[in-house]
Amino acid sequence: MLSGLAAVFFYLFSFVMIVSATTVVVTRNTFHSVLFLILSFFNAAALFLLAGAEFLAIVLLVIYVGAVAVLFLFVIMMLDVDLITLRRYRMPRYAPVGILAGIVLLMELIVVFISSNVVQMANNLAYPTPDIAMRSNTQALGDILYTDYVFYFEIAGLVLLVAMIGAITLTLRHKTGVRRQSIAEQVARMPKTSIEIRKIESNKGL
Amino acid sequence: MYDFFMVWLLPPLIIIGKSLLLLIMLLVFIAYLLYADRKIWAAVQLRRGPNVVGPWGLFQSFADLIKFMVKEPIIPAGANKGIFLLAPFVSAGLALSAWAVIPMNLGWAIADINVGLLYLLAMSSLEVYGVIMGGWASNSKYPFLGALRSAAQMISYEVAIGFVMVTVLLCSGSLNLTEIVMAQNDGLGIKLGLPYASFLDWYWLALFPMFVIFFISTLAETNRPPFDLVEAESELVAGHMVEYSSAPYMLFFLGEYVAIVLMCSLTTILFLGGWLPPFDVMWFNWVPGIIWFVLKICFLFFMFAMIKTFVPRYRYDQLMRLGWKVFLPLSLAMVVITAAFLKISAWA
Repeated sequence: MLSGLAAVFFYLFSFVMIVSATTVVVTRNTFHSVLFLILSFFNAAALFLLAGAEFLAIVLLVIYVGAVAVLFLFVIMMLDVDLITLRRYRMPRYAPVGILAGIVLLMELIVVFISSNVVQMANNLAYPTPDIAMRSNTQALGDILYTDYVFYFEIAGLVLLVAMIGAITLTLRHKTGVRRQSIAEQVARMPKTSIEIRKIESNKGL
Repeated sequence: MYDFFMVWLLPPLIIIGKSLLLLIMLLVFIAYLLYADRKIWAAVQLRRGPNVVGPWGLFQSFADLIKFMVKEPIIPAGANKGIFLLAPFVSAGLALSAWAVIPMNLGWAIADINVGLLYLLAMSSLEVYGVIMGGWASNSKYPFLGALRSAAQMISYEVAIGFVMVTVLLCSGSLNLTEIVMAQNDGLGIKLGLPYASFLDWYWLALFPMFVIFFISTLAETNRPPFDLVEAESELVAGHMVEYSSAPYMLFFLGEYVAIVLMCSLTTILFLGGWLPPFDVMWFNWVPGIIWFVLKICFLFFMFAMIKTFVPRYRYDQLMRLGWKVFLPLSLAMVVITAAFLKISAWA
């Protein structure tokens, strides 16, 4: 499967990824933990690249590092997250739920890992059925998303839209008595209605 | 031994050599673009601009470089030292690494990858990290406000840039930058029956509204005036760079200009036909492609500089309004229109 330089890089990226993912949980400074999260995203993207999935790698960077992690940083910088109270009072309350979710995910991973034939999958990766030269990753993904499973894709989009509208309606408040700029009104102003020209005789005021 | 050299050592050496060559050329080019920027700015304001170092002040940028290098770097006592020093490197490094996929002539790219355009989008969206890290690590009010503004601004304009890229992709049918340029060999000019005027084939004419939106969005993305609210000197002194001095400051500055030239070259590739000559006649075809490429970048940079001289700065809510309420719907509508048109007319 992996040999030579590719194997060296695979183990390098995997190692850095695991270390940084651990640091995300362990470190005390929340800002640092997001930065380590970004580092592990980077390594995941590199692993995708090694597997030949260049489209997924770049999309991971664009969406998770370029947008989601920026919002994380935003929230962390805006909210004053006090880790000490979090550790002391919140942690015991939420820890069981977190552990439960972790166990469920771990079980799923184990089930997937046991039930699938890893050697077969690796062979599929190494020798894809339509040849890579004939069909790029981007095309294949596009086919799956927008042709084979277009219905599910659209449903997912609608769910996100509903969530977005919900968030907007929760936070939208119209303040009255605030001066607002109306671009249409400004553009529609005509000289006739906005200025008045008067003839003033000399030595006499208005 | 010979095999070992050819297989293991030579390819990396060639890549390193190419990258170094590109880096040096790019930095010298940017030194003179900086000089041009200041000269244009000065000319519009009826000043002389830099004119002391070297003939006509041609070595001004190099003098500035030496000045920045030998000054004392000051790290604020309350700063988070590691991130404070990492931020300028992130900013400059990401901007420079994006250049790996830019094709300057047919086959003149260090990495001619299939998802080149997406890679560029990723790198330009990562540049915000330099600003955020610098602003946060400085542990000071103005840099922090600058960082927040920058994060919001970059996300708003990235969306419009993404949609503009999608329209270009629809027309060219590829994410590979070389193929996008080659697709512009055939276009509106030939359809109109003017095969010699190949500048009409480029996408700037066929997708003119997108060209305008993209140009303005690149101004916002690179924090150039009139969208330089991140470092608006009347409000935030110098935004995220307030606490920086000496070489780290220079790296931020360099990263900014590298990003500007990158955006100019991206506009050239997407809309101005990359290295293709503007007229399909013999003498023009003899000129090497790289010269056309550089000339187009210079033209776009001149536009950047002129806009800096005579457009007043936007207010922050106006900036957000332009991004979300004007550019986003317009570019989304254009994606739909372009896709429908290509489907119906079968031009793609």
